[in-house]
Amino acid sequence: MADQVAAEQRSETPASTPDASAAAQIAIRNLEFLYGGNRALKGITLDIPARQVTAMIGPSGCGKSTLLRVLNRMYDLYPGQRAIGEVMIDGQDILAPDVDLNDLRSRVGMVFQKPTPFPMSIYDNIAFGVKLHERLSKAALDERVEWSLTRAALWDEVRDRLGASATGLSGGQQQRLCIARTIAVRPEVILLDEPTSALDPISTLRIEELIDELKRDFTIVIVTHNMQQAARCADRVAFFYLGELVEVGPAAQMFTAPRERRTQEYITGRFG
Amino acid sequence: MSSARARALHRRRRVVNLLGLGAATLATLFGLVWLVWILGTTLWNGAGAFDAKLFTEMTPPPGEAGGLLNAIVGSAIIIALGIAFGTPVGVMAGTHLAEYAHGTALAEVIRFVNDILLSAPSIVIGLFVYALVVQPTGHFSGWAGGVALALVMLPVVVRTSDETMRLVPATLREAALALGAPKWRMIVRVVWPAARTGIVTGILLGIARISGETAPLLFTALNNQYWTVNPANPMANIPVVIFQFALSPYDQWHSLAWAGALLMTLVVLVLSVGARAALRRRG
Repeated sequence: MADQVAAEQRSETPASTPDASAAAQIAIRNLEFLYGGNRALKGITLDIPARQVTAMIGPSGCGKSTLLRVLNRMYDLYPGQRAIGEVMIDGQDILAPDVDLNDLRSRVGMVFQKPTPFPMSIYDNIAFGVKLHERLSKAALDERVEWSLTRAALWDEVRDRLGASATGLSGGQQQRLCIARTIAVRPEVILLDEPTSALDPISTLRIEELIDELKRDFTIVIVTHNMQQAARCADRVAFFYLGELVEVGPAAQMFTAPRERRTQEYITGRFG
Repeated sequence: MSSARARALHRRRRVVNLLGLGAATLATLFGLVWLVWILGTTLWNGAGAFDAKLFTEMTPPPGEAGGLLNAIVGSAIIIALGIAFGTPVGVMAGTHLAEYAHGTALAEVIRFVNDILLSAPSIVIGLFVYALVVQPTGHFSGWAGGVALALVMLPVVVRTSDETMRLVPATLREAALALGAPKWRMIVRVVWPAARTGIVTGILLGIARISGETAPLLFTALNNQYWTVNPANPMANIPVVIFQFALSPYDQWHSLAWAGALLMTLVVLVLSVGARAALRRRG
């Protein structure tokens, strides 16, 4: 049943191999970000292609997480934070004041650094997001839950205890649950904010395999402090330093022949 | 020579330590003596009249045997009214403070005023409700008692709800909003369940607080010798019955007052232990 749903899902959005010439799903132009009077992002211009993994790297405070939080307007929660410029997702400027934030966030999902299971059952954790945007029959909802847990490589571990509290899962399972919860809403873009920094190496590996699998259907943007992770997962890598985008390019090129000296110094561990 | 001085110094420290420890122990004992005395006297005097008749018979006229049935039921109804008014308003106000007004000057002002209300003498609240409800309606009533108890309970619930909701991690809120949840849904489905134990504890503490209140009821529900379950009438209630019976010259009234005091003590004890157990489960 789940396979069937998954197959339908894939046929709606045909899988394509990563390809630098794929249409840009996100286009960032001259983006400035202000925390009060502090400029955290300085004139960022960046294209994020569809169905690829784009990794954002750079030392702490370089603005990479800030940029991630612009893409789903999470910064809107905090007065005093402001973005200026243009961020187009599928041709729509998401910084426009009339953007429906709930709709935007249903299209741009986010997974956080620490797992954030809601204090409810595993099933309800998934159903929570789905019910916000769709009216499904019980059977259709059951299918969606199974589909998303399967895609997040968690189904086999929790199929017998969907009614159990999600907070009883291990850290790695909780993070996969959060990924399942995000993809259950069927977004176009998934933002991952250091999704494995709180996990052990085996859980990290599973999440990385998952990212590789998910990019067939979703545009993925990941912030990471882990160079190996960026090298393993990403198709494209963007290096940020002090609020500026220093360099962006295919992962292979960034890690073997970066154009900028600062990129090379950071990647080889000379600072940051 | 220096070792002799060190020995003298150490001896002096031991003496000071002994004196300090002794004073602290005495102070603790002094405090505990009264508590044990009160509890012991209540138990000793209350146990005599603590029987089935307490729960089956009405408050008697002077010189006759009886129970506290009308007062127990009256108290239960007035406390239930207090909970029914106080809990929703308290939880909503706490939610407003923690989720909507958080970080604003308004929230700080409301918290400050709420803390004043928390420590306001309950007789002031009794007089306030007397002026607010009893005078306009022209008579004492269970409704007025319920309103008075709600006002006593309210600040307890507001404060614990506010504090426990502020302990819910911001990332949990962001995670709910990141799925496209409207704020009210995030609060109802994620923040409240996450803070549930703390909110329930606050409500239990509030109930424990209002269970023994006498002053607010003296000016509102007053008392009633007879059976009534209609809150539009003056209503019997245990604290005021204790107050009146204890001041009377009749022995049977005295022992009923003791039994009532014991009953209230047990109720508050059970609620407090329950609240603590709930708190521990959360930790």
